[in-house]
Amino acid sequence: VTQKQPDEAPLSRREKGPSSRSVAPDFLQRLFFLLVVRPFLTLFIGLKVRGRENLPERGPFLLVANHSSHLDTVSLLALFPLGRLKEIRPVAAADYFERNLTVSFLTRTFFNILPIVRKREDVTPENDPRQAMVAALKAGFSLIIFPEGTRSSSPEEIGRFKSGVAYLVENVPGLPVVAAYLENMGRSLPKGAWIPVPFFCNVLIGPARTYAGTTPEIVAGIQAAVRDLRGD
Amino acid sequence: MIGAYEGLSPLWRMCAIVGGILTLATAILAFLQLVRPGAYTAELWARTRSWWIMAGLFFAAAVAGPWMSLALFAFMSFWAMKEYVTLLKTRAADHAALVLAFAAIPIQYAWVAIDWYGMFIIFIPVYMFLALPIRLVLSKQTEGFVASASQIQWGLMAFVFGLSHMSYLSRLRAMGPEGALSDGRTLLLFLVFVVEMSDVLQYVWGKTLGRHKVVPTVSPNKTWEGLIGGVLSASLASLLLRFLTPFSVLETFGVAVLITVAGFFGGTVMSAVKRDFGVKDFGSLIPGHGGMLDRLDGLCYAAPVFFHYVRYFHT
Repeated sequence: VTQKQPDEAPLSRREKGPSSRSVAPDFLQRLFFLLVVRPFLTLFIGLKVRGRENLPERGPFLLVANHSSHLDTVSLLALFPLGRLKEIRPVAAADYFERNLTVSFLTRTFFNILPIVRKREDVTPENDPRQAMVAALKAGFSLIIFPEGTRSSSPEEIGRFKSGVAYLVENVPGLPVVAAYLENMGRSLPKGAWIPVPFFCNVLIGPARTYAGTTPEIVAGIQAAVRDLRGD
Repeated sequence: MIGAYEGLSPLWRMCAIVGGILTLATAILAFLQLVRPGAYTAELWARTRSWWIMAGLFFAAAVAGPWMSLALFAFMSFWAMKEYVTLLKTRAADHAALVLAFAAIPIQYAWVAIDWYGMFIIFIPVYMFLALPIRLVLSKQTEGFVASASQIQWGLMAFVFGLSHMSYLSRLRAMGPEGALSDGRTLLLFLVFVVEMSDVLQYVWGKTLGRHKVVPTVSPNKTWEGLIGGVLSASLASLLLRFLTPFSVLETFGVAVLITVAGFFGGTVMSAVKRDFGVKDFGSLIPGHGGMLDRLDGLCYAAPVFFHYVRYFHT
């Protein structure tokens, strides 16, 4: 378990797929979801899911949602059967989720995150976040992405979506995009809070679809899909 | 067969009675379905199935012992509080106070567990009443302060303080006229059965004879015919359960009227809460019934009233 954390995969190296995940972290993640995450979401949060049947049986696909809480990633990952967890990687800011070795170990083991560099000045050709995401998708991973880029400080608001999500659509032909709307997570565990209040939370999942057009059109289309689920 | 029934302990006798009633209800429903099938019976099927599950859980917890029933009641308070706060219009500044309010649930039930009546009875009305506004003040937002402090405290009073009386009731040792002791657990069965029975009977009487509405703006389904019919028939039925109580015949009837009327007002108050929030049900936990609170509404009122009646006159 104490294996050395691999560095960011250089572009030249071919990304390995979901089946390459080591047995130990995969087992720990499944155990964690079975014994901690699922009971927590069912008995404490009372999570309700609508549209689960819209999740594709096979990856790769993009799961895109609004973002207001740490509960978001947990709830979206918990939508999948334990055996599929290793196929799903939440895209996460390296500056936050890899801020020290402990956090990095936990987020990689229990959430199988795909850490990306968020600040433009830190991006090098080796750690380009867009390339890292495309490589992961091409290797067979499905990604969970919050295109707002960060948790919104007001749970009712959906922030402007960044263009990275369109880059993925443009560079992975035929990539299905599933929009999800997460309700009340930002009330339960808002930014800055560490103890959740058990408001009932909902996940609404829309149908998988593909997007085409110019970059702004794709971004707008995906953003509209999330907003439509909210009933805007 | 009668002999075997007489030999049962009060708990198992009650289990047999409830099982019998539910079997009868299920049989009637099956008959109705044969005679005239329709959407009307689908709703009743869901309700009846939920009654089986709720009764099963309740008796299982009672049989499993004090810890299981304590856990069940604490969970019911927790879920009711969840349903309530989700519908509230909360501010971001309320987060810490809400965490405190939920933390009060295990603490309140801990007083029950260690049988510390004095603390049980003042913890939420006094200490939480003082502590919640302090926590809200520390969040430094005055706009909406009074609304937040009031709403959260009201929820704690109704769904934690009020419902926890059911749990504490099972710890009482009630004294009858000849000094005969009555177990608090059987009194709890009496309370829950009479209040829930009255709820069902009010529905039945209201559906069949209901004409004159009691509080049309709050709850259009509650009629005088349903109320009076339900209260009287449930109170008459309660006479069959006198073996659970230390009461005389007349007193049993009087207490049953008291708690069924209290239960009616509990239901009406929770209806007003739902109206205010603009929802039909508090949740969807119990198919055919709605949320936890849609089932516990009457008990939020009846439990404290019954508890203090028993404690004042019989201990």
